[in-house]
Amino acid sequence: MSEVIVVTSGKGGVGKTTSSAAFATGLAMRGYKTVVVDFDVGLRNLDLIMGCERRVVFDIINVIQGDANLKQALIKDKRVDNLWILPASQTRDKDALTKEGVEKILNELRETHDYIVCDSPAGIERGAQLALYFADQAIVVTNPEVSSVRDSDRILGVLASRSQRAEQEREPVKEHLMLTRYDSSRVDRGEMLNVTDVQEILAIPLLGIIPESQSVLQASNQGVPVILEEGSAAGRAYADAVSRFLGEDIPHRFLTPEKKGLFSRLFRGAA
Amino acid sequence: MSLMDFFRAKRSKASASTARDRLQIVLAHERISRDGDDFLPRLQKELMEVIARYVAVDQNKAMVKLDRGDDVSTLEIEIELPSTATGERRGERMQAASNG
Repeated sequence: MSEVIVVTSGKGGVGKTTSSAAFATGLAMRGYKTVVVDFDVGLRNLDLIMGCERRVVFDIINVIQGDANLKQALIKDKRVDNLWILPASQTRDKDALTKEGVEKILNELRETHDYIVCDSPAGIERGAQLALYFADQAIVVTNPEVSSVRDSDRILGVLASRSQRAEQEREPVKEHLMLTRYDSSRVDRGEMLNVTDVQEILAIPLLGIIPESQSVLQASNQGVPVILEEGSAAGRAYADAVSRFLGEDIPHRFLTPEKKGLFSRLFRGAA
Repeated sequence: MSLMDFFRAKRSKASASTARDRLQIVLAHERISRDGDDFLPRLQKELMEVIARYVAVDQNKAMVKLDRGDDVSTLEIEIELPSTATGERRGERMQAASNG
């Protein structure tokens, strides 16, 4: 049975695309046929993070408007089996996305894939609403920071009232918290909201804590989903989150600052 | 912990807990009004309609203020009544408080 997972946040710049790319790659690595869909029409970026920007021929709008079929628009990842990318259009605007068009594409993808990861645009407007409308599960990406937490709460309200599951009074969308850019040393100093605070405020189950890590930028520079960077703490944290999503009981890591030796203190060694 | 860390910790100690407290208050209120629209403009309009039945009041001289607190929120309604027969101008305040 296939599942539609939306990666959403309300606020921009918190790590939705990074999380979508890492999570979808992680699911594919575990053997599930996975497709990651960019819903940010007009501001396409998932292709860059996935490193397939030079292979984009058709996009989601082309499929909706019948200029190409789904098979032609899907880009197969070259590094990981079972992984495909459906890019957003760069030239069109969000109005080109229609509910019927999105539904048709998702239904078609449900027949061929186990997981469909929808990378939502920021905001709570049309694009974001369409990205979450058909979702079975939602990963709410949040930074430990007041505006991000507030916007996450807002998007949880939208999920609870305006998703298809809510409208049809079916079982609600299953929600997961992905706390990103977590800096445990700042939390220790009382400068940053801790994971317990954020989880208590949003009151949804915690899927993963992604530590603030230099490897995220390094990975995006190279177009490699950070989960493929095996030495990176962020990558390992995403792999843990995927395992938890698949039902494994894995303790949360990266809650305490890494003990750094004199050498890394002096040279600020990459995390 | 270095000497620098020691001073830094002292200075910014409370900011994370301040963030948590502010979020808890604002979100508690936003969740209540999430489904309905903002009721304050309607409240002001309806109150003015009731008062206008008894006293001639200037619609522009009404103030509705809301202060959202942790345990108690206060709703303050200030309506300026027109001058009395003696020509003396007098402002009268009506106040209401609501829990929640």
